[in-house]
Amino acid sequence: MVKKKKINIAVTGLNAIDSPGPGVPVIRALRDSKLFDVRIIGLSYESLEPGIYMHDIVDKTYQIPLPSAGKATLMERLKYINSIEKLDVIIPNFDAELFNFIKLADTLKKELKINVFLPTLEQFEERHKSNLPEFGKKHKIKIPHSKLIFNIKEIPSLRNEFTYPVVVKGKFYDASIAYSPEQVATYFNKISAKWGLPVIIQEFLHGQEVNVTAIGDGKGNTIGAVPMRKQYITDKGKAWSGISIDDKNLMNMTRKLIKSTKWRGGMELEIIKTSEGDYYLIEINPRFPAWVYLAVGCGQNHPEALVRLALGQKVEPFKKYDIGKLFVRYSWDMIVELDEFEKISTLGEL
Amino acid sequence: MKLKKNLALSDSGFVFDPSTGDSFSTNPIGLEIIRMLKEGKNANDIKNHVTKTYMTDDASFEKDYYDFVNMLTKHNLVEGGEKEKN
Repeated sequence: MVKKKKINIAVTGLNAIDSPGPGVPVIRALRDSKLFDVRIIGLSYESLEPGIYMHDIVDKTYQIPLPSAGKATLMERLKYINSIEKLDVIIPNFDAELFNFIKLADTLKKELKINVFLPTLEQFEERHKSNLPEFGKKHKIKIPHSKLIFNIKEIPSLRNEFTYPVVVKGKFYDASIAYSPEQVATYFNKISAKWGLPVIIQEFLHGQEVNVTAIGDGKGNTIGAVPMRKQYITDKGKAWSGISIDDKNLMNMTRKLIKSTKWRGGMELEIIKTSEGDYYLIEINPRFPAWVYLAVGCGQNHPEALVRLALGQKVEPFKKYDIGKLFVRYSWDMIVELDEFEKISTLGEL
Repeated sequence: MKLKKNLALSDSGFVFDPSTGDSFSTNPIGLEIIRMLKEGKNANDIKNHVTKTYMTDDASFEKDYYDFVNMLTKHNLVEGGEKEKN
């Protein structure tokens, strides 16, 4: 039997509202590791992130500053946490925090000996929703026709380029289907107030939504990839249940994209497969999705592979995965004592 | 007509298409027909088998058979419905 290496890993994304964070599934994957005996340090932003109170999942949690506080504030906090926990690896799981962690990657390694395995800043920036059409052209991948709009006056002329319905998207988050210019105006106001400008208008494609969780080694190799068909979808468009599928076109598209971008780290591809059998990339998330534990269930432990890559180990690509495995999500009401809530709220540690 | 090669069938009549993740339930005669189609049998072979084994005539069989085959096509279980891309 191989003796497991003891390792301290900090993980963010412990939240689980209607759009659950990937932290808890990433931790479950790490706890399933056959190579590592992990001590998990949760990094939270709010006191009600459920992972904080899941003591069999997370060993200790520290609050960290919101991304808007900047990288210097984050670095100070991480220095403090590291002085106690001696972290080996950090796995950030939120899009919004990645910019700071990417910027800090070298400093974390040099000053604190903490490893991360993240996309480069260029990879992170070029896959932004607002840059997706250019990304598609560059990497020869089909993207739904999109247009950025900055002003409500641009809405009437959308008729010249689009057929209704269209999808109205925020630059970071939110998407609504609009069936008329009036509805576009309503969503434009709502989304721009929350996420700023521009607002993205995208061609609405009829088809099946399929997603891939994958990991690239930064040299163009796909270390692992598992495609999933959403089976049960929430109002927010999140999969509450899904099944692993055998779709060679989807796997080819994923490998091609990772090769072309030399993607580094975990990722999720969101794709629409039309009834004509065409595949359109609608989004790239630069981190593991909340359903990443399905990949573990299918025989590919992507978070474990990411830790190995972060530690500079050579990782052979996974060759297969189980097809026809399902995940069915469940929500669970934990009973939490007030003193625990008090500790994390006042001391920022639990 | 050829069914997708990778269709998974169980004795209970559960049909799983691994390329799309779709699953279906069929009754015992449906399962028998799907199995024969997977073995590469044509409509005539299947008709001979069904009319010999069960109490049905050619006209009733053909009507039900083509209804069933249309349903398989509609649900994208037929080979050639999707082409390999990229």
